[in-house]
Amino acid sequence: MNYLIALAVRSAWNRRYTLSFTLLSIALATSLLVGVERLRHDVRESFSQSVSGTDLVVGARASPVQLMLYAVFRIGEATQNMRWTSAQKLAHHPAVAWNIPLSLGDSHHGFPVLGTSLDYFTYFRFGDRQPLRMQAGKPFAGVFDAVLGAEVARKLAYQLGQKIVLAHGSVALEGAAHSDKPFFVVGILAPTGTPVDRTVHISLTGMEAIHLDWQGGAPVPGFSIPPELVKKFDLTPKTITAQLIGLKQRGDVFAMQRAMANDVDEPLMGVMPGVALDQLWEVVGQGEKALLLVSWMVALVGLGGLVAVILASLDARRRELAILRSVGARPRELLLLLALEGVSVTVGGMVAGLALLAALLFFGTPWIEARYGISLNGLCFSGDDLVSLATLLGWILLAGSVASLLPGLRAYRLSLIDGLSPRT
Amino acid sequence: MKSETVVDIKDLVFRWPRQSTACLDLPELRLQRGEHAFLHGPSGCGKSTLLSLIGGVLAPGNGRIDLLGQDLGRLRSTQRDRLRADHIGFVFQQFNLVPYLPVIDNVLLPCRFSVRRRERAQTSGSSLRGEAERLLGHLDLARDLWRRPATDLSVGQQQRVAAARALIGHPELLIADEPTSALDAERQEAFLDLLLREANAAGSTVLFVSHDRRLAPHFLRDLALPALNRAASGETA
Repeated sequence: MNYLIALAVRSAWNRRYTLSFTLLSIALATSLLVGVERLRHDVRESFSQSVSGTDLVVGARASPVQLMLYAVFRIGEATQNMRWTSAQKLAHHPAVAWNIPLSLGDSHHGFPVLGTSLDYFTYFRFGDRQPLRMQAGKPFAGVFDAVLGAEVARKLAYQLGQKIVLAHGSVALEGAAHSDKPFFVVGILAPTGTPVDRTVHISLTGMEAIHLDWQGGAPVPGFSIPPELVKKFDLTPKTITAQLIGLKQRGDVFAMQRAMANDVDEPLMGVMPGVALDQLWEVVGQGEKALLLVSWMVALVGLGGLVAVILASLDARRRELAILRSVGARPRELLLLLALEGVSVTVGGMVAGLALLAALLFFGTPWIEARYGISLNGLCFSGDDLVSLATLLGWILLAGSVASLLPGLRAYRLSLIDGLSPRT
Repeated sequence: MKSETVVDIKDLVFRWPRQSTACLDLPELRLQRGEHAFLHGPSGCGKSTLLSLIGGVLAPGNGRIDLLGQDLGRLRSTQRDRLRADHIGFVFQQFNLVPYLPVIDNVLLPCRFSVRRRERAQTSGSSLRGEAERLLGHLDLARDLWRRPATDLSVGQQQRVAAARALIGHPELLIADEPTSALDAERQEAFLDLLLREANAAGSTVLFVSHDRRLAPHFLRDLALPALNRAASGETA
């Protein structure tokens, strides 16, 4: 047995170039698969934490998923708004700790514009209950101040003080720009990896101001109010799109939901974001499965090509096994020799792959977080993750061992047919 | 139990799977202890098949092969493997050596897989390694080659290393399958002399197979397989 190990090592060393390619390709497959698995998990986590700490998302009664789509992801449009008075009533409800009004509808170069209050910067939480951080500047104070999400600022290369013109509606249409009332960038938020990055934030009063002289989605002809005069008007909004609510006690969620369902003033609904996000992920999450499938295919194609290359150069191995057989090695011992090599190469490749991935994550995480705001947890797996990682590694071990054993088994089979006389 | 007959074949019939006619049909073939036999015949007359049968790699179909008094047909394949490892040394035409092992380790290989060969090598030489070195010396391999990888050697040198390996641990039977075909005429003679001398010293029976009848005078016994094999004489159908 000891001699077999020594023999396996020397034999492997003799074929070290071929074997190092095997090892490398298993290492790459491991990094790819574990990396994708990790990313999948983190993206999902990022997604489900697009909003956190919010107990209820309130809006006009419609489908919960749709409400999430526009209130959290700023995709699509609300079919109906909620009245400001209803929002105020909720805001003053004794169970409510804080509330953030959301008013959507305009855009800037395709990025959604969100009218909100200063509470947004105080109470909004994402990820692991992280607050928003300013990367530069400060929250809006004046009517025509704007705060940009990180991606908006990066993509459009905007600095503080930049003058921007908002477009009416979510698509920029000719003549539907609020060009008479430009905004100025006073703040830029740090990346969050959530839809906040893609949002232009203005105050509710600013939102009201640009629509003072508009009616039914178009400027009123012959009627224009210059920006310096808007303060003379009542800039309290009549309606908003949705409202985020934080409760003093989470247990009150269901009571609040019931209260809204029974409210005869206005048909509203309150959605628990976690539940609705999970529903939404059922739809969006199909992509991640495809991603995993594709990475498996890449890994298997890589290993398959490798098996083909090794099979093509098999003669030396075949002779070696015939010689060992003629000096008394039993078939069982030869199989052990091959298995020993296959499994060690696979395990070695997996360790190298994990090390590579750890290094990549170590050096890449700050960059990914800064650019995409997705927080990667490195190679720290826990609980369920650990089980799925172990399963994944098990499959890689199986696939890698098969890939490195196949040529050996073929050589073994041939050597049995050859009997004792190795042929050229 | 020491049998004086090393190989004893009676009424052996062997047919390859998927072939209608028998490849071998040997009424009788017997090799005595210490005997040097030369077995010749054209290519494809069943020489290699016969060697695989005696070596226990193939199982006989009908009839009986006794190796050192043991009926090979009644042994399991692992038992035949063990018997081969303990009692038979092989030299082939070429590719005898494991390329990544030094010469001396190639010679020692049978002792790694057979306890019996190892013990016998140890008792006959001063040590295992000493016995391997003694054999290499007797087979005219320069000392500075002993630690070199097997692939550094010429074909002739490789064949002599193979002979040393086949003889280490004094196996009862030495099977040489065309070991000289890759050598030129002069080296053939020299190699054969060394091989037979050392086989004598080890007390091994030799079964030397070749298609080249010019080598026959080196042997006391000259066997023509086509004459022995009823399957070959009766075929051509």
